[in-house]
Amino acid sequence: MTKLPTSRVGVVLLAAGLLVYPLVFTGAFYHDVGVSFLLAAIAASAWNIVGGYAGQISVGHSMFFGIGAYTPLLFYTLFGWSPIAGIPVAIVLSLGLAALIGLPTLRLSGHYFSMATIAVAELIRLLVSTWSFVGAAIGLQGPASGRGWWDLTFRSELPYYYIFLAVLGLVLAVTAAFESRRFGYYVRAIKAGERAAKSLGVPVLQTKMQALALSAVFTSVAGSLYAVKTGFVDPGSGFGILVSVQMVIIAALGGAGTLYGPLLGALILIPLQTATNNWLGGGGSGLTFIIYGGIIVLIARFEPGGLMELWYRLRAKRWRKLDAAA
Amino acid sequence: MIAVQVIVGGLLLGAIYALFSSGLTLIWGMMNFINFAHGEFVMLGMYAALLVVVWLGGGPVTFGAAAAGALFALGAVIYLSLVRHVLRGPMLAQILSTFGLALLLRYAAFWWFSANYVSLPGNALSGTIAIGGIFIPVAQLVAGVAAIVLTLLLQLLLTRTLIGSALLAVAEDPGAAMLMGIRPDRIQALAWGLSAGSAGVAGALLATAYPWSPSVGETFGLIAFVVVAFGGFGSVLGSLYAGLIIGLIQAASAFWLGAIYKDVVVYALFVALLWLRPQGLMGKA
Repeated sequence: MTKLPTSRVGVVLLAAGLLVYPLVFTGAFYHDVGVSFLLAAIAASAWNIVGGYAGQISVGHSMFFGIGAYTPLLFYTLFGWSPIAGIPVAIVLSLGLAALIGLPTLRLSGHYFSMATIAVAELIRLLVSTWSFVGAAIGLQGPASGRGWWDLTFRSELPYYYIFLAVLGLVLAVTAAFESRRFGYYVRAIKAGERAAKSLGVPVLQTKMQALALSAVFTSVAGSLYAVKTGFVDPGSGFGILVSVQMVIIAALGGAGTLYGPLLGALILIPLQTATNNWLGGGGSGLTFIIYGGIIVLIARFEPGGLMELWYRLRAKRWRKLDAAA
Repeated sequence: MIAVQVIVGGLLLGAIYALFSSGLTLIWGMMNFINFAHGEFVMLGMYAALLVVVWLGGGPVTFGAAAAGALFALGAVIYLSLVRHVLRGPMLAQILSTFGLALLLRYAAFWWFSANYVSLPGNALSGTIAIGGIFIPVAQLVAGVAAIVLTLLLQLLLTRTLIGSALLAVAEDPGAAMLMGIRPDRIQALAWGLSAGSAGVAGALLATAYPWSPSVGETFGLIAFVVVAFGGFGSVLGSLYAGLIIGLIQAASAFWLGAIYKDVVVYALFVALLWLRPQGLMGKA
């Protein structure tokens, strides 16, 4: 991937736009769309670290999202703890699971990792939906009304919006920080050619594991944010295949392995999804899957670099034209 | 006696697993491409059989052949229009292409046929026969035996015919095969057709004996992964043995642990296999 200098003005404008969005568009509907957009962008950016940058395609990231969503609500149900206490526990559990999956399969070619992620995610979903300790098919609920700010249960959407925005900022800052550091070069080298990277002394397995761990941590946090915001999780919304699919499609549509690709993907897909759900009502979810499947196939066939790469290519073309004209 | 009943039932189902998994092994084992939509091919074969029976009538031979033909065409078209192009692309494109295809086919089937379970309307293969004290539905017996015969025919096609040699040559080295006057693109399209066709006919056989809904494709896809990984990549005979074993394990766990655990056991087995012997049980290290 060629790394083009991102203009600072653009970054400032983006940040300012996201900061004032809920103040300009004040309706509950706009806030809801904004919060959904931020959550989707966080999860897709987290997936992007291992799937986009390191090129290890996970199609079962819902396992980390689900752990992140279930753990805080489980501790609340069992002991009445604040959901905040469950978030670090979920992170530790997600790291453990990442090690369990990554260590055997990341030694091998990329296919095995993909297959392991889909099998493990499905296995966990099946187990969770029969295990009454975690609510079986019904799922778990959080605090109905907050006992204090620490329960993270707010009536207004605004606090969620700014918490989610801060987390998104953190994920992007971490990603931007490693892009230009050794780790960033390692992951891109592995993606470009694993054998070549290895022969040049890149610690391949270790780097892939680090990428997976970092990705799992942020995905788990995304799940926790989802759970405290919704106050409810069931096997489908936590571990369902749609959860994994959304992360993949948003990152791939925008541009896997680019910093702002997942943001762009979420910016297109979330409003689109809200619109189709409004048109089609609750029965539209099946159609959503069909459309998602179609989009994924089209991206893979025609533009695997996503919209970001398309944009860079068009821009380069325009520059060449300007050069020729001059 | 009940144990024998369970074993026979598991082997007959496992024979069908063997048939569609040997289709997957052509693509995964020989062409080294992961098809996430293989289970959906099986599911489409089941609905193809249903449509033929409802619209045109006819017996198992008719709808079996129709399902095989329809899926053969679909497989070849998917290779020529999609897979051929992503083969040159990055890993992301290779994995996402058939993953997206699986979603598309699965939920299109949900949309079209609804999520309800269906089964083939009464056909000639009803009734049960008793052999030495165990009872076997005729449909299961016929489907299982037919699946074994078809798997063996596929093996013969690969090992005893010129087409089979061409397939093996392309799997070994497309460039060298081209120098021998073989067109790799045609052969790959043929491999995809055979792969999807065997899934389609396996689906038609399943449809004679078992009810289904659009979601079965996901389970069958994972079962095919397990069988191919167990049997050694690229080996049709390995898939045959492994399919029978997986059918047996699934039937036994459904009977002794409860029906909801029959998929859990298969997935757990797959994860364990990836952990312990990713090169396959019979594969070389």
